[in-house]
Amino acid sequence: MKKTMPKVLKQVFCILLCLIVVIPFYMVLINSFKTKPEAARMSLALPTEWAFSNYTEVIEKGKLVQGFMNSMLYAAVSTVIGVMGSAMAAFVMSRRRSKMYNFLYYFVLCGLFFPVNYVTLVKVLGAVHLTNSRLGIIVVFTSAMIPFCVFTIRNFISSVPVELDEAAVIDGSGPVTLFFKIITPMLKPTLVTCFILQFMGVWSDFLTPLYLSSKSALYPMTMAVYQFFGKNTNHWNYIFADIVLTCIPVIIVYLIGQKYIVGGLTSGAVKE
Amino acid sequence: MSESGGKVNKKRIYPNWFLIIPLLLYVGFFLLPSLMGVFYSFTDWTSRSTDGVSFVGLENYVEIFTSNKDYVSGIFNTLKFTVVSNVLKLIPALLLAIMLQEKMRGKNFYRTLLYLPSILPFVIIGLIFKSILNYNNGLLNGVLEFLQLGFLKQKWLSDLDVVWKSIFGLDAWRGIGYVMTIFIAGLSTIPKTYYEAAQIDGANFWQRLRHITLPMLSGAIMINLVFGLTYGLKVFDIVYVLTNGGPGHATEVMTTYSYQLYSSGQYGMATALNTILLIITLIVGVFVVRKIGKQEVQQ
Repeated sequence: MKKTMPKVLKQVFCILLCLIVVIPFYMVLINSFKTKPEAARMSLALPTEWAFSNYTEVIEKGKLVQGFMNSMLYAAVSTVIGVMGSAMAAFVMSRRRSKMYNFLYYFVLCGLFFPVNYVTLVKVLGAVHLTNSRLGIIVVFTSAMIPFCVFTIRNFISSVPVELDEAAVIDGSGPVTLFFKIITPMLKPTLVTCFILQFMGVWSDFLTPLYLSSKSALYPMTMAVYQFFGKNTNHWNYIFADIVLTCIPVIIVYLIGQKYIVGGLTSGAVKE
Repeated sequence: MSESGGKVNKKRIYPNWFLIIPLLLYVGFFLLPSLMGVFYSFTDWTSRSTDGVSFVGLENYVEIFTSNKDYVSGIFNTLKFTVVSNVLKLIPALLLAIMLQEKMRGKNFYRTLLYLPSILPFVIIGLIFKSILNYNNGLLNGVLEFLQLGFLKQKWLSDLDVVWKSIFGLDAWRGIGYVMTIFIAGLSTIPKTYYEAAQIDGANFWQRLRHITLPMLSGAIMINLVFGLTYGLKVFDIVYVLTNGGPGHATEVMTTYSYQLYSSGQYGMATALNTILLIITLIVGVFVVRKIGKQEVQQ
């Protein structure tokens, strides 16, 4: 407070850090508007000639509309089912603290560590006729987020007073009304956190579709971009445009939900 | 509180069927494949085994540890990545979090921006840095040249001595913001009065860090360790996109080897490698869950 020198130094340091984060994105953005030979030089200069057609071109060639729809479908459906299902389970596990439910909680918690064995997972999906299908991919994403969500939400539920349940039951609610009308609104911060983190997680995931989709019609955006890169290694202008389009949805979700990310992590994971 | 105690009928208002869907999915599509993997790791399962598989005992494991394909260095690389990437992220992230916790102009802006890389798909980040780290026309070497630091230019992705540093650097670039955010969340729960008291006692920065911040931050440190360790052991995307295990097999990790084996139809071998990874994570996991359990008892 007394000295201004450290303050200035700190600001300079922070600005430098931010530049390190921002410059790569700036490079991608600015080069996505250049022509092919100019983009190949990857300089930070403004384009001499703005090639907006890169975008229309890449949407068509890179099958981005299809990829976007697939990503949206996978991320939206699996997060809604995964988070709500986990919340219901976490509610019961948190309220009934007998040995068995504690065991179940730690049993699910193991999933935070376990690596998914994709080789046998493909076999399991085959046994229930879900290989190479959108439903199969959704089921796998949903299952994979359960340990994290149960962990985060259960910790939060402990802070919701049991008296609420008792009052609701005396007023004649059954378990479904109790959970959806009384408990769910109380859980909003942690539920939103889980939704956002898992949505972005599914959107970014690469390994699951790599193993589970051999048909390009099932590719989410990440796979579509990677395939496009493989086929057009020298068209950096297209690749950069493709990257920009893939990032925009996640960045929008992040900017809308960012206060919930930090807030939710505090209440859910850290405080306990 | 015992199961039958309390004012309400727990069985009725906290019904077991709430648990069914999540447990079924978790067991069926998460746990079961892992356990089946253990079973199949002792078989000769390949893409051509249409009429059943037969037991081969430890053959796959012997192959992993004795063949000239360097699977062992893949295991070693996974462990190395896990340790180094966590150290490189945890310590700077903690210091950053402490700095951005104090009163300071624009700190929310800095927090938002520094977190940004960790939300973007790793495939995308890998592609961006494949271009930035390109030797001939990449941005990094260009900037070094511009700053008259041309002697620092490197073949970032093809020089054996440099390639791991590039991977660690990129991983830190992406991950520090995330670790920092969890630390900030933890720091905000420490009462200010502790620091005021320490100030009066004349404690310096390191003393405050050691005696107040670190002990009070144990929850956040634990979370970061759990996520960091499991992330490190399972790392795939960054290596696959940035180097694809190269040059040669220098940056191969367990998951990239496993994917290769899967792609070439050697399912038994792939599951054996996955089983080794499972055992390593189990050892780490048991250790960490015990710690978490202890903390819950204490509180």
